[in-house]
Amino acid sequence: MTLDLSRRGFLKSAAAASVMLYVGVTADGAKAASGASDAMLNPFVKIDGDGNVIAIIKHVEMGQGTATGLATLIAEELGVTMDQIGFDFAPSNPQVYNNLFFGPFQGTGGSTAMANSWMQYRAAGANARDILIKAAAASWDVDAASLDIQNGQIVGSGRTAPIGQFVAAAGAFSPSDTPPLRDPSEWKIIGNAATRRKDSPGKVNGQAMFAMDLHLPNQMVVMIKRTPQRGGTVASFDASAAQDVKGFIMAQTLPTQHGVAIYAENTWAAMQARSAIEVEWDLSAAEVRSSAEIREEIMAALDTPPTYNVNKADREAVAAAVDNAHTVVEKTFYFPLLAHAPMEPLNCTIEQTAAGDIVLHDGAQSPTGPHMAYQQIFGLPAEKIHIKTMLAGGSFGRRTTPDADYQVEAGLAFVMTDRSRPVKLVWDREDDIRGGYYRPAVGHKVRVGLDAQGAIVGWDHQVAGQSIIKGTPFEPMMVRDGVDHSSVEGLADSPYVIPGMAVGLTDTQKATSVLWWRSVGHTHTAYAMEVMMDMAARATGQDPVAFRLSYLSGGGQDQQRKAAVLKLAAEKGNWGKPAVGNMQGVAVHKSFGSYVAEVVEISGNLEDGVKIEKITAAVDCGIAVNPDIIKAQIEGAVGYGIGHVMRDKITLDGGTVEQSNFPDYEPLRISDIKSIETHIVASAEAPTGIGEPGTPPSAPALANAIAGLQLVVAELPMSENGVMFA
Amino acid sequence: MSLSLKLNGKIHEIEAEPGTPLLWVIRDELKLTGTKFGCGVASCGACTVHIDGEPTRSCQTYIEDVQDAEITTIEMIENDKIGAAVQQAWIELDVVQCGYCQSGQIMSAVGLLRENEKPTADEIDDYMYGNACRCAAYQRIRAAVQRASDILEA
Repeated sequence: MTLDLSRRGFLKSAAAASVMLYVGVTADGAKAASGASDAMLNPFVKIDGDGNVIAIIKHVEMGQGTATGLATLIAEELGVTMDQIGFDFAPSNPQVYNNLFFGPFQGTGGSTAMANSWMQYRAAGANARDILIKAAAASWDVDAASLDIQNGQIVGSGRTAPIGQFVAAAGAFSPSDTPPLRDPSEWKIIGNAATRRKDSPGKVNGQAMFAMDLHLPNQMVVMIKRTPQRGGTVASFDASAAQDVKGFIMAQTLPTQHGVAIYAENTWAAMQARSAIEVEWDLSAAEVRSSAEIREEIMAALDTPPTYNVNKADREAVAAAVDNAHTVVEKTFYFPLLAHAPMEPLNCTIEQTAAGDIVLHDGAQSPTGPHMAYQQIFGLPAEKIHIKTMLAGGSFGRRTTPDADYQVEAGLAFVMTDRSRPVKLVWDREDDIRGGYYRPAVGHKVRVGLDAQGAIVGWDHQVAGQSIIKGTPFEPMMVRDGVDHSSVEGLADSPYVIPGMAVGLTDTQKATSVLWWRSVGHTHTAYAMEVMMDMAARATGQDPVAFRLSYLSGGGQDQQRKAAVLKLAAEKGNWGKPAVGNMQGVAVHKSFGSYVAEVVEISGNLEDGVKIEKITAAVDCGIAVNPDIIKAQIEGAVGYGIGHVMRDKITLDGGTVEQSNFPDYEPLRISDIKSIETHIVASAEAPTGIGEPGTPPSAPALANAIAGLQLVVAELPMSENGVMFA
Repeated sequence: MSLSLKLNGKIHEIEAEPGTPLLWVIRDELKLTGTKFGCGVASCGACTVHIDGEPTRSCQTYIEDVQDAEITTIEMIENDKIGAAVQQAWIELDVVQCGYCQSGQIMSAVGLLRENEKPTADEIDDYMYGNACRCAAYQRIRAAVQRASDILEA
């Protein structure tokens, strides 16, 4: 990755009154002189006269460790300890705090937070060090090259002084477009497994402020009574029963007609009033399909030629190669809708300032989404809208939708008031489980042909399912030649060198809104591909690890890195040597630039129940900025993947979602996986994704272990397709 | 109705209707937001507080039933020897990811260690089963309970 700093021009200012050094960029990209006011500057680093450093985090912290990771980059380059640095979240500004992989769009997704920020945040820290050193060198009349910053102290030429002493003077020096970065051999924090999370203390003593914890003076709580079927509208409602609820204020139909907004003095009153209000729905244009019909449509699509020839393959030749192969293995897979169900239900709070500005307090994954939507809702220019990012209690993709769904709901609920009172929109768990934006329902039909030696001669792979991107504002940018890549990612672009592969795609109708869900298309593509790899290996009497490696040999770095994690997971997971009576399964997949292999070991049987004894993971995500957070992300991603394939699905009956809360959308529990062990491949490559890549191989590795019990689970969840879990 | 709640060692005079879940009095009236709303049906444990020392789901506990009880929330658990050890272990092992469930996890873990000083992995799994973590930080939760047990033993 190259980083164009020149366009932006780093600058800083030392505000005399507060003695604060800012290192950042101007909004318009122009270089500014020293002493520019705080308001003109968008900092990445702030340092006060006592040497306290604040890293400005442009990404949301939803558990993935971004705040710690980005603060680490600044601390390392600047030369302070992790105890000397804190963090604040950046305001919404898509020109300055954009995701460098997303264009002028501030957002967190696709496991890109570290990857896109890697050079940017190191440069910001390095610039802060550079100008502080220059200030010290001038003051001491020594050569700047003789100085360094270590542990918050400027050291060299026989002298030592805290950085805070030079904060004001550093404002006279200009940051560089190409600041001197520390050599990796100097790193003390990056790659250090002892580096702890910055957000732990507040999250264990109840002081951490999630968006749900905000309580603005005089706020109203709003809950929405939404149409039970997508496309339904409010015909009328009767709020008379709500009048008896103490704290009920009013109810109004949303301008979108999709629900009634209920305003109350507090959350419990809003909940009670919502239950009391009777709504007459107009369901004439509403969705009425059931999951059985969705499944039928997808299965029918898999039996007809695909709309899109994704990898421009000679489909007929591939089909013929499979037909004429010595051995043919085939399977049809079906993946149900899934909800994200982050622990903190969706919510946000909106208020209007005395100056007429709109402020949104939100655990927003992509502030630019609501920022743009609010310009329309309130008819205000971008600079009159402010988004304050707060901690998010999980997301897994749910806190960013193409239409900024819940933030728009809050905006509409607010715009219908006189704006004298802040409005806090609260979803409960039922709203969340029933509220749409699911992992799409998808089917795969795969036929693999192998020759007499057990080598693949053709791989015919059809996908049919609901496109996440089509019909959204992202379609023009993200759909190419009709193909929504997120429907097929991880197949034709897999590092496996598979001869004669054809990938076809057919879009099916959306009976509900669908959305990216932790690891997006890889949730199903990795499952279909890795289960097929195992079936092919077993059908030809080959070891599943050796079989996979044979399609990763002799290739380039992509193949070598994928092979390396597979070998490491196999070695550390005692592949081929399970405990007596246990079975093992393996899967390996590349996603979001990272490579993850997992070996799952299970005990038990289909009749008495299967127990997941141990999962051994190996990951190559480039330079391991924080090894312990990487391990935590793998542990979490594995649990997220496995938990859902064990038991979860969202189904529709006549257009209405049948599940409602954790009792019927059962989360992974502590007893479900006995242990997870993660090994990291040492790497000098730039960091790649870590929030998502652990998820794709987890479910197929489990399925491949269960295949040892003579059951290949091709339809999910497993608990409804022949597998009982102990 | 008017009632008094003894929470975190203080008496709070509260005005609330019978049937109001303790959770919403703690969060919306007392503004102690460490106790979280996750499901509202006692299925996730994010709202766990101690009532007379017992971990209890505050979303399914009505205020009229706890007028004579001693209620403790995450904000005061550090004053408890076991609570402090659990928090220390949680930080040492960096258990948290998003952290939203962790107040409840910690309150349950304290309850476990009060009745079982040296729980096995299976005993931890049994006791902590009702505390969901969507980030799936369970490995570390299990390890941190054992670490807290070691801290207390030392």
